[in-house]
Order: sequence, then structure tokens, then C-alpha cells
Amino acid sequence: MSSIQDIQNEIIEEFDILGDDKESTIYYIMELGAQLPEFPESERIEENIIKGCQSKVWLTTQEDEDKIIFLADSNTDITKGLISLLIRVLSGRKPQEILQAQLDFIDKIGMGNIIGSQRSNGLAAMIKQMKLYALAYQTKQTI
Amino acid sequence: MPINTDKIRSLFPVLHQEVNGKPLIYLDNAATTQKPQAVLDALTNYYQHDNSNIHRGAHTLADRATRYFEKTRTVIKEFINAKEEGEIIFTKGTTESINLVAATFGRKFITKGDEILISTMEHHSNIVPWQMLCEEKEAILKIIPINDSGEILMDEFDSLLNEKTKLVSIVHVSNALGTINPVKEIIKKAHQVGAKVLLDGAQSTSHLDVDVQDLDCDFLAFSAHKLYGPTGLGVLYGKRNILESMPPYQGGGEMIKEVTFAKTTYNDIPFKFEAGTPNIADVIAFQKALEFINKLGKSDIKKHEDDLLSYATDLLGEIQGFIPVGTAKEKVSVISFNIKGMHPFDVGMMLDANGIAVRTGHHCTQPLMQRFGIEGTVRASFSVYNTESEIDQLAASVAKIAKIKNK
Repeated sequence: MSSIQDIQNEIIEEFDILGDDKESTIYYIMELGAQLPEFPESERIEENIIKGCQSKVWLTTQEDEDKIIFLADSNTDITKGLISLLIRVLSGRKPQEILQAQLDFIDKIGMGNIIGSQRSNGLAAMIKQMKLYALAYQTKQTI
Repeated sequence: MPINTDKIRSLFPVLHQEVNGKPLIYLDNAATTQKPQAVLDALTNYYQHDNSNIHRGAHTLADRATRYFEKTRTVIKEFINAKEEGEIIFTKGTTESINLVAATFGRKFITKGDEILISTMEHHSNIVPWQMLCEEKEAILKIIPINDSGEILMDEFDSLLNEKTKLVSIVHVSNALGTINPVKEIIKKAHQVGAKVLLDGAQSTSHLDVDVQDLDCDFLAFSAHKLYGPTGLGVLYGKRNILESMPPYQGGGEMIKEVTFAKTTYNDIPFKFEAGTPNIADVIAFQKALEFINKLGKSDIKKHEDDLLSYATDLLGEIQGFIPVGTAKEKVSVISFNIKGMHPFDVGMMLDANGIAVRTGHHCTQPLMQRFGIEGTVRASFSVYNTESEIDQLAASVAKIAKIKNK
């Protein structure tokens, strides 16, 4: 599996090709969201909603031996695309890797300018929640 | 005279810019209107030449600032046809104007078991202050329902109104739907049972001729920034006898007649309700915004905006997947809508990518959104400087976006 940094570089390259055109960037983000695996209906519950997002985002995890698989969904297509980027970088990794990940691709692709300040706060909330899951798994594994 | 949009647009510097590589199309006027150069100049002029604290100043600058400040009060008085300047109180905005009434009129005259009537389509600022008051006073907040077009059900209003009703606080024009409510009839009926009426005029004062004497409302609340004026400034109109019967809002300078440690006597209206140094610069600049409106004339502005509304309603209505929200017969130039299968946030962001500024979400009217069973809408609201060609662009962009989910 590619490293977190390799995948971030891939994303940076993809967004670089899109250039400054905001419209095509948004369409691209939405397409990425559409490719996310189906979210299990049984997990679409209040406890899985991430607080701090303007739109609804559900996030849950599955264990794959010592790795964490993230599953997510949103009621807005753009947000779904954003979380699909985070999943691409962080899902299927060990808690330690997730906790240490420096997600510099977000700044490098100019995400703040694309999605605006409100959604940037939401994105930060998603990352925080993913890291909290990693911390919980790590604690469980050491016990 | 028909509105000459080229000439008008030349007065608004902010309109002449590109957003995301496209010419800005500003259709978020129900949130706030842009400001003409004369308003901006008045702000800088005041600070460059006249800056001084008003009232009680013995020097020339203070006198000049006071005259300009009080002149705005006169212009506002004429703008809404109040009887006298004393009935015009400066506040921070519509929200504070409503809160002022709740905190003074409400505190004194609402008692246990009294009823306050509002409608389903109120802005949160005309819901929450009354909920807070009702909780404190053990009074009852009652809601006038609406139909599927977004119009008040007058039969329901009639049956809710009774001798326990002490206040009807109602929006003149809905910010989320654009509906113009039959407030004259509402006021007349409310007065028949002895209730007072507060009109939330945040959206109506920019589009309609609002004459407080003709309407006979007891209070009118509105904001300068939706009338081409500065932010952070609002107005509360109240009838003299009612304002005089109300206790002060905040304590401090300006609102007193005489202060001793034993007892303080209060100033006359409007100063009784204007504690502290007011928002002098913005008040003075607001005069220029009202002059801008008066020069064009409300009826010509309304004609232009109505034309834009019907043009946009027709064009957008043809788009597959377009769902209008709020289709009242009487509307101002606001179109709220959704696109089938899409979230309003996404639609708004894609429009922004095309340089088009609209508002998305619940528009601070969550109970109204619940009534329609939706999370929010996309809202395009047109003003005097908008053009048919901008609406062509809007319709083209909405059609392109709608196609993603409505092929």
C-alpha cells in the first residue's frame, strides 16, 4: 500500500491538473464522492453524525485486523467528495499512522479557497473525528 | 421613469469585480444590499471632517455632527410617514429593535396567561425574543399557520385572535419566501381585540411603500443595511403614547434627564431608548441611502424588481428538477428553490463558482423549513441594480447544475 505521503502527492497532482477553475474542481470533488462505497443504513444514526459540520456527515469504522477502515456519507455531494479524499488518505491504516499523519494536501490544493471558511471548519471536524477514532483504537490495542 | 440599470450600477463600486473568474452577479440582496458610493463617501467624510460626539457639545463639530445625525431621523420619519421624529429610535438592527420591544413593552405589559401571536414564517429574531419573554412571564406563544404556497391562513389567524392576545408580532415580507403578508388587515383585526402589532419590516421597507400611519402598526422594526445603508444600524418605530408608556431599555448616558444617587429621571423619547454614544457615522451615512431610494422612487424600484421576479420565475420554472418554495400570489423579488436530488449548499457553491452570489440554508427560519419538510433552500433575491441579463446567467447556471441529477 502506498504511503500516506504518496497518496497525498497523487491528490495534489490531480488537483494541479484542474488548475484554478473552481467549477471543474467542484465537479471533480463531487465525482469522487459518488465513488464512495455505499454507507451501511444501520450506521446512519445520530451518534455517527460529526458535530461541527454544516451539512450532515456520518462517519463510522470497521476493524481490519490492526487497521481501521473508515466509512462515511453526507447529505451534500460536495462534502461527500471532501470526506472521500480523507478516506483515500487515512482508511486502511494503523491507528499510529493515522495519528501521525500530517495532512498537508489540504493546504497544497488550496482547499480553503475552494470550499470557503465554513466548510473548512467542517473538514477540520472530520479530520479530528477520524483521529479520535484512531486514538480510541490505539488505546484499545495497547490494553 | 424606467430604471436605468447601467446608470445605477455605476454608483455601486462593489458590483464591478470578478468572482472566480466570472463577473460578479450579486443576488443575495435579501441578506444585505450593496452600498452606493454616496453612502461610502458620507462615512469617510464624517470621519474626515465632522467626527464628534453628538448632543450636549458646545463646539462647532459637535453641533454639525448632531445636526446631520438628527437630519437622518427626519428623513426616516418621512420615509415611513411617522408623525414625528420622537417615534424613530436608532438601534443596532431589526433584531435589536424587536428585542427592545420584548424587553420593555413585553416586560411591562405581558403577564401570566397572555398570548402573543406570530406566524410560521417568522425569522428567528421574531421568534426567540418572544419565546424568552413567554418563558419568563408564563405567557403563551401561538403560531399562525400558513398554506403550501407560503401564505398566512387568515381564518386560522381569526380563530387564534382573542381578548388574551396582547401582541401580534408579524413579518411584513418573508425573508425566506418573499411572501407579502396582508398586514393591514391583520393590524385592524388585532386592534379590534386590543392587541398591539409589531411589524418586522426588515424585508418590506426596501421593496414596498411602508406608511406606518396608513398601516396603523404600533411598532415597525427594520435595518439600514437592507436599504443600501451601513450594517450595524436599525430603526424601531413606535407610536408616541406606547413608547412613553414603556420603561427604558438600557441604562446609561443620553437616556437620562437627571441623575442623582437617590433617583434618576429619564429623558423623553426617542432618547430614553438610546443609551450611550450611538452609531453616529452610520446614521449620517444612512441618510444618503434613503436619498438614493427616494430619488429613484419606491414605485419605479418595485416595478423593476417585479419585472425581474416574473422574468426569473418564468425562466427558472422551465428547468427540469426546479422546485420553487413559496409561491404566494403577493411576493417581492425573492425566489427560493431547490433542485431535485441536490442539497442547497451544493447548488449555492456551484453557482458561486459561476460568480453568482445567492444564499443557501434555512435563512434563519427553521420552523418554516420544517413546515415545508425541507432542510433549506437556495434563495436568489433581486434588487434595483440587477438586470435581466444577470437572470439569464442565473437560469443558465441553474439549468446546468440541475442536469447533474435531472437528466
